[in-house]
Amino acid sequence: MVESLPKDPLITPELIADHGLTPEEYERLKGILKREPTYTELGIFSVMWSEHCSYKNSRKQLKNFPTEGPQVLIKAGEENAGVIDVGDGWAVAFKVESHNHPSAVEPFQGAATGVGGILRDIFTMGARPVINMNSLRFGRPNSGQVQQLVDGVVGGIAHYGNCMGIPTIGGDVYYDETYETNCLVNAFSLGVMKINEIQRGEATGVGNPVFYVGAATGKDGIHGATFASTELTEESEAKRSSVQVGDPFMEKLLLEACLELFQTDHIVGIQDMGAAGLTCSTCETASRGGSGVEIDVALVPQREANMTPYEILLSESQERMLVIVKKGREEAVHKIFEKWDLHAVEIGHVTDDGLMRVKYNGKVVAEIPAREIADDAPLYDPPATKPRYLKAVSAWKLSELPQPGSDMTGILTKLLSEPTIGSKKDIYRRYDHMVRTGTVVLPGSDAAVFWMREADKYLSLSADCNGRYCYLDPVMGSRIAVAESARNIVCSGGRPLALTDCLNFGNPTKPEIYWQFKACVEGLKEGCEAFNTPVTGGNVSFYNENPEGAIDPTPLVVMVGQIDKKEHITTQWFKKEGDVVCLLDGLQDDQLAGIGGSEYLRRIHDLKTGCPPVMELEKEKALQDVLLEAIRSGIIRSAHDVSEGGLAVCAAECCFTAPMELESEAVVLGAKLDFSPVARRTPRHDALLFGEQQSRVIVSLAPENLTALEEMAGKAGVQCDLLGTVGGGELTIMVNGETLIKGEVKELGKAWRDAYANAAKTSE
Amino acid sequence: MKAKIYVTLKQSVLDPQGKTVQRALEQMNYKNVGSVRIGRFLEVELNCDDEKKAAEQIEEMSRKLFVNPNIEQFRYELEK
Amino acid sequence: MKIGIVVFPGSNCDYDCLTSFSRLAGEEGLRAETKYVWHKESAPETFDAYVLPGGFSYGDYLRCGAIARFSPIMEEVKAHAEAGRPVIGICNGFQILCEAGLLPGALYMNRDLNFICEHVFLRTERNDTIFTSECRKGEVLNIPIAHGEGNYYADDETLERLEGENLVAFRYCTKDGLVKPEVNPNGSRNNIAGIFNKERTILGMMPHPERAAEIGLGSDDGRKIIVSLLKSLAK
Repeated sequence: MVESLPKDPLITPELIADHGLTPEEYERLKGILKREPTYTELGIFSVMWSEHCSYKNSRKQLKNFPTEGPQVLIKAGEENAGVIDVGDGWAVAFKVESHNHPSAVEPFQGAATGVGGILRDIFTMGARPVINMNSLRFGRPNSGQVQQLVDGVVGGIAHYGNCMGIPTIGGDVYYDETYETNCLVNAFSLGVMKINEIQRGEATGVGNPVFYVGAATGKDGIHGATFASTELTEESEAKRSSVQVGDPFMEKLLLEACLELFQTDHIVGIQDMGAAGLTCSTCETASRGGSGVEIDVALVPQREANMTPYEILLSESQERMLVIVKKGREEAVHKIFEKWDLHAVEIGHVTDDGLMRVKYNGKVVAEIPAREIADDAPLYDPPATKPRYLKAVSAWKLSELPQPGSDMTGILTKLLSEPTIGSKKDIYRRYDHMVRTGTVVLPGSDAAVFWMREADKYLSLSADCNGRYCYLDPVMGSRIAVAESARNIVCSGGRPLALTDCLNFGNPTKPEIYWQFKACVEGLKEGCEAFNTPVTGGNVSFYNENPEGAIDPTPLVVMVGQIDKKEHITTQWFKKEGDVVCLLDGLQDDQLAGIGGSEYLRRIHDLKTGCPPVMELEKEKALQDVLLEAIRSGIIRSAHDVSEGGLAVCAAECCFTAPMELESEAVVLGAKLDFSPVARRTPRHDALLFGEQQSRVIVSLAPENLTALEEMAGKAGVQCDLLGTVGGGELTIMVNGETLIKGEVKELGKAWRDAYANAAKTSE
Repeated sequence: MKAKIYVTLKQSVLDPQGKTVQRALEQMNYKNVGSVRIGRFLEVELNCDDEKKAAEQIEEMSRKLFVNPNIEQFRYELEK
Repeated sequence: MKIGIVVFPGSNCDYDCLTSFSRLAGEEGLRAETKYVWHKESAPETFDAYVLPGGFSYGDYLRCGAIARFSPIMEEVKAHAEAGRPVIGICNGFQILCEAGLLPGALYMNRDLNFICEHVFLRTERNDTIFTSECRKGEVLNIPIAHGEGNYYADDETLERLEGENLVAFRYCTKDGLVKPEVNPNGSRNNIAGIFNKERTILGMMPHPERAAEIGLGSDDGRKIIVSLLKSLAK
């Protein structure tokens, strides 16, 4: 018999609506229960069927992603994170997840708990997290509010990751008006393990005890999952109690204790309590195990007196785990946790009736079929309408733009001073990016490269998404996100393996937003197929919107690649005076200037319009294949792909982005370049220098290897233009005898390094 | 006039520092330790003789700057 | 020789210390056993040297190192140090040594309040110690720092004594070895990055030599410090 508690509120249509459930969903719920729910059960359904947990508005689309491949050990959706084989018995688990809404209201704790959550997803898989990355989107940094937000978010990420001793080695940051009141905080983590150490989030074996371990449960974050699934308004300010406080020290203890536990065979399953807390973890473990779970929430350690079952079940207190222990091994498990000053509590056991049964001091307060609530969540295919703005932006032509003046060096300097393009050192120097002594390429190159010492494997990782491209053409923009992350990995000497994505959008019940979403999923899918990189998981964050409008669609991609040999590791900066500089160009199309959607157009002309650069997947693939072949043959000294800011910014970055501290590398190396061969395809100077054409990489190599490179490129149908040579303290770029750019590399580098500081100084 | 402001975490908010210090005290054999909460203490000198005005200012400063109302609360004392 | 790497709850450079010490011993042809020592062990086996690694012992809550100094193992470390046997504390380990009173002074919040992770240059103040014998006097080492509270403070009297007795081990400096305020990353008095005890058997330093112990990580200058210690233990 399921009983209501004396203090339970009456279930009214208003209360149902407050729980984010529609009348139809309420009927569906009753259909599953075959009766009216208790208040506690209503709470359970509301979090389980929130967008955050059920993906009810996105799941139908996500099914289109390729998820399989010989490298995939655990597929998307099966467990807390996907797992990929990296050879010799080693595997990596990785995932990216959003914490946008909590970060908007409490930047420090919101970002910190975002890192904490993703780390638990990784180590519950049995892996030791060894890499953190993050992808951040903020408004323009010239307002005090945005600066505080940046400071809080970066501080929170640093606080958690540094304390855990996991290096934060890369990511990406954009500063754009579209994120002014909706910042994006997407946290990524990757862990390493032996294939035979993979853990499951399953509750199996009738009678096996269910342990609760970690921090005590408080009232924090109640309804966090539903909170993440609604628009930010003034009212949400009032809901601020939804924000949780993270305790990285507690999590470090949990991590070490769990990894020690995984070395034994005392447990059958483990699951972290993330969004929707205890509710989600009990339902999911039972559902995966094809079993039932019975718990008594009165046994759960509580931080506050008089918590109701409803509150205990829905709390999102951090740093908590659910462990399914083999019967008879309880003592051994207790001993391991106690070594780490953690207290594990038995709160229930596995049953065979398929039910999630919740008791409170012995009284049954909820009894729900576990598989049905997890698997039979409502699924929607909301209406989608092509947004009206697309017609206008795609009709824009380069000819509408006035010819640029003569001060190209000035424009280049201005673009280098853009915080989106400029150095991110202010941010990454606050992250411990060297702990675990595997960061073989320090942050600041195209891709992060990490040596997993325990496995002796080199990984290459890149996070990418240009939201403006996706706004202007969602399919193309998303395709570019995949292609660019793959290209960055290839530039570092790696081969792309798989990716995880974080799909950040506005309100999906608005047809134009949903159209953007569907189109982006399509673009990502095409990209994944082209590079044989399955999606291994990720998350969807809707409702990134405020009364003024939605963010640009931002389907963030984090790709993981592998570098087969240490000798293949390649960085983006020039290495040696006298080396020749070439442009490898996969597209070679003279009609496409790549200026639509560019930083140049946005920042110099204040225009957010045009078609984003065209990227043809086959040609891109050909480019990447040739580049990787050349790198593996040992002839490439540096490789840097063209992205925001175009060819001129790319060339400039090759000159000054070498880490200043490293004496073994030349810090500043100029170049004398002649872009005439490229100008034959792109005659307009602004489009030539600052257009963001895809499928282009600037490489440098010893002069004697030029022929070899040209031959490789020729065979693959990839254009290889000789641009000039490395040397001197200046960057000069000529076209047909005319000097377009001439600047001291030191000065250009200074503009780039001080970009954020200067942008933060200028007030509007 | 001098204001002494005490900022603490709200009772409902987890205080990881306080919890850790509490456990350490227990391990150091202080058996009678209840809960430990850690906060911030500020002293602000004000050029102002009007106590009511000073109090208003301090409350405003606290709400705007010293305290994150999501997680923290404050109390203060004024001294001539 | 046996080297104990103390693991406090929240230590996170223990793995880096273990791998670098044992690898460098191997490369130098020295027989060394490097082991983790759990902080709750009050009377473990005898070690020839203790390493207190970096990290966030007890979350750095209250004050860095303030709780760790009460761990049972610290009694053993103190007795070991008082017997004149070597101890090296790196980053959080340095903070713990100061809190425990084994080294003078204290480390507090960086001048700009932020955590800083980057390569810095250090000037080796003397090379007649067991920790610096592989260096030249005045040699500039490129070694990274990674801390939020590495701002070394000691009162005037203590500072005078440290300077007078030549107990400063390393100072933040330019690439050319000049000690200038603008290359002081955290506001430490006299640009101090590391100090010795009076007998020079204890070294505490904020920079991480174990993170600069192989050229693939950008610098291998840190190996000089680790190898100095290993060689002295082999004697």
